[in-house]
Formats: sequence, C-alpha cells, structure tokens
Amino acid sequence: MKVSVWKGGAEGSFQEFDVPRHPSQTVLDVVTYIQRTLDPTLAYRFACRVGMCGSCAMTVNGVPRWTCRTHVDKVARNDKVEIGPLRNLPLIRDLVTDMREFFDKWARANGQFKGNRTRHDDFEAVKPNSADRVQADAGIECIGCAVCYSACDVVSWNPDYLGPAALNRAWTLVKDERDGAKLERLRAVAGDAGCHSCHTHMSCTERCPKHLSPTASIAGLKREVLKSLIRGEL
Amino acid sequence: MSKGSSYWVAIVHRVSGIALALFLPLHFWALSTALELDAFLAWTRQPAVRVAEWGIVVALAAHFAGGLRVLALEFLPWHERQKALAAAAAAVTLAVGLALALAL
Amino acid sequence: MTTRVETLLWIAQRASAAVLAVCVVVHLATIIYAVQGGLTAAEILGRTRGNHGWLAFYTLFVAAVSVHAPIGLRAIFLEWLRWRGASRDVVLALLAAALAWMGMRAALAVFM
Repeated sequence: MKVSVWKGGAEGSFQEFDVPRHPSQTVLDVVTYIQRTLDPTLAYRFACRVGMCGSCAMTVNGVPRWTCRTHVDKVARNDKVEIGPLRNLPLIRDLVTDMREFFDKWARANGQFKGNRTRHDDFEAVKPNSADRVQADAGIECIGCAVCYSACDVVSWNPDYLGPAALNRAWTLVKDERDGAKLERLRAVAGDAGCHSCHTHMSCTERCPKHLSPTASIAGLKREVLKSLIRGEL
Repeated sequence: MSKGSSYWVAIVHRVSGIALALFLPLHFWALSTALELDAFLAWTRQPAVRVAEWGIVVALAAHFAGGLRVLALEFLPWHERQKALAAAAAAVTLAVGLALALAL
Repeated sequence: MTTRVETLLWIAQRASAAVLAVCVVVHLATIIYAVQGGLTAAEILGRTRGNHGWLAFYTLFVAAVSVHAPIGLRAIFLEWLRWRGASRDVVLALLAAALAWMGMRAALAVFM
C-alpha cells in the first residue's frame, strides 16, 4: 500500500512510501517498518506499543489517534494511508511534536493535587460511590496523550485556550474531597482561556482513546465556577 | 478531518447566529418605519424576499435548537451522546416544521 | 478583562439565552398565526398600538437580544477574526447599545 508520511519541519511535506500490507497490521507497525527498512531518518515516538502510554499518538488520515491501536484495515482507503504529526502542537520534526505547551497548560489549569493533611493526620475516608467521587473517577484515567488537544477546534482557534485535557484534570481535582486548592483552581480555569470558551463541539469526547468526556468535565467546571461566584467565593 | 455531529450542530449554531445578528438591525429599521408599513409589506411579497424570510426563520429555528443543546449539555445531568443526538433531531424537526408552516 | 468579568459574560449569555428561548417561541407563534391569510400593517398595528403588554414583551426581547448577540459575536471575533483586546470589546459594547436603541425605536414605533 501507499503510505504518505510527513517529513521535515513545519515547512516539510508528505513523502510517499511503498509498504507491504499484512493482516493484523497497525499504523505503528507501518511507521516502524518505514524507519527500519526504508528511511532511517524518520523521527517518531512510541513506548509501550500496546495502548497504555499514549506516546504513539499521530494524525492518521486527518484524525488524531494512537497508532499502536489503529489497525490499517480500519483506516486505509483504497490502499492508502496518510500519517502526520499531531495538530495544534509545534512540530519538532517528522512525526514528533513539542509537548511542552500541552503540559504547561496542565500546570496553568492547576492540574496538580494539593493536599492539606500531613502524615500525622488521619487519612481522609473517601466513599467510592459518593457523587463527587463517581464524577472524579469518570475523568481520572487520562494519560496525557494529547489526542483531545489535537482534535479541539477551540485550541486551534485560540492559542490561550487551556484545552480539554488540562480542564478535565482540573475537574477531577475539583471533585476530589482531599484536595485543598479548589478556589485557586476554579480561578485558574474560569474565563476566556478556560472552561467558558468550550463550545461543546465534543471532538475531544469523540476522539479520546480512553473514552473520557472532557466536554462533561468542562460543563462541570462551568457549573462549579457559577456556584462559587454566587456564593461570593470568587 | 472527519468531524462528529456535535461539531456540525455547533457550526450551524454559530453561522445562524451571525446571520441573525446581521438581520436584526434591518428588522428593527423596517419596523420603525411603521407609518409606511403597508408599502414595506408589499415589497416583502417579492419571491426573493420570501426566500430570505424563510431562510431567516430556519436560521432562528436552528439557532434556537442548537442553543437548547448547549444549555442541556452545560446544565443537565444527561448522558452526552443522548443530548447531542436529541438536539440534532430537535434542530432538524423544528427547522422543517417552521419552514413548512411559513410556506402555507 | 478579568476572569471574573469573562465569567459574568458567560452567565449573561446563558441567562439571556433562557429569556430569548421563551421570547422566540412567543414571537414565532405570533408570526405564524398572524401570517395566515396575508399580513397588513393594519393587522399588526391593530395588535400592538397602545398595548402595554406587547410593549413590555418587546422591551424584554430587545434587552435580551442586546446582551446575547454581542457576547456571541465576541467569541467569533476572537476565534475566527483573531481580534483581541479592548478595541474588540469597545466595538461590541457600541453594538449592544445600537441594538438596544434600534430595537426600542422599533418597539415604540408599533406601540405609539
């Protein structure tokens, strides 16, 4: 089959390779074959290759996905596949993007847990089926693969927008009763750069390989910010 | 880049909003010439204007339904997929219904 | 624009949307009913002249639209026109005032 792969930097282009097609072949298999036998200069990322780490995320036929979990049979059109780097992130080279901005926004959204107990305090008893915990659990499986960030239109249109992953993480912490930084976090996620710019396109929810729904988390943040504002806390 | 149904509902919502925002000043201006209203109404019976009116009503219906969808997603505890589909359906039926009603 | 003000804009947008949802249903129902068998100035004005109920309704409608449309355009200006900063918000505030003024002129024109 004919595989077009992005080569070079932002000013680069798609280069075509002839790759033998096998049954049960993933897009990552294809990229690996190209790098090992056809073009050793091809730069790409992967690690676990079994759908757990999210490192192999790329744009396949225009859609951001985990290449190790994408079967060629599922995406090849007329025996053709197009592979490019993830959108919305600066390109380092070929299929490798600079993920720093993605994680910087995570930090700006206060995506870190801040506890308020010490080793001398008793631990917090968290009921697994409390309403808050159920909502937090619905979003905590995120592994930071940036597929949602890559799929989000608002991220493309507004470079300040924190993005679905950072906001989803902030939500899971807002719902974590052990966390002590709720107000600070709500201030960080409100406004034009935050949850209020989500227009519910739901591309993030469509594409998340872990079937999370950042749209739901962001809607939760909108409600939580509203409640805090009404209570005079913000 | 293939996009889901929620994306298209959102784009229609946005474009219809722009259309309405452009139409409103004209609408307000036309109404404030109430003294010459019959003459204006006669002008509106032209086919091109009829088509534009139908378009505006469809835009209003689409914007309204899309807006209900946003409010539902942001404030109601429903399952997302249901809401997206429900609203897409509502948008289509509302738009069609109103368009037909006006055609009478 | 502080995040607090941006949050208040979002609230105003959703609140005006809820008001408009009701106003639009009433308005469309009225129009569909009124349009049966042709529309004349006399029919419209016969309904609205001296009618405080309709004036109150249209005043509320105009107020809600003057809030809702500019805030909606604000996101579009930022995302599709890449227009940022104070100049954008000043223009939108002027637009809100213009819509309110034109809308009230129209409401009063059919009332008086």
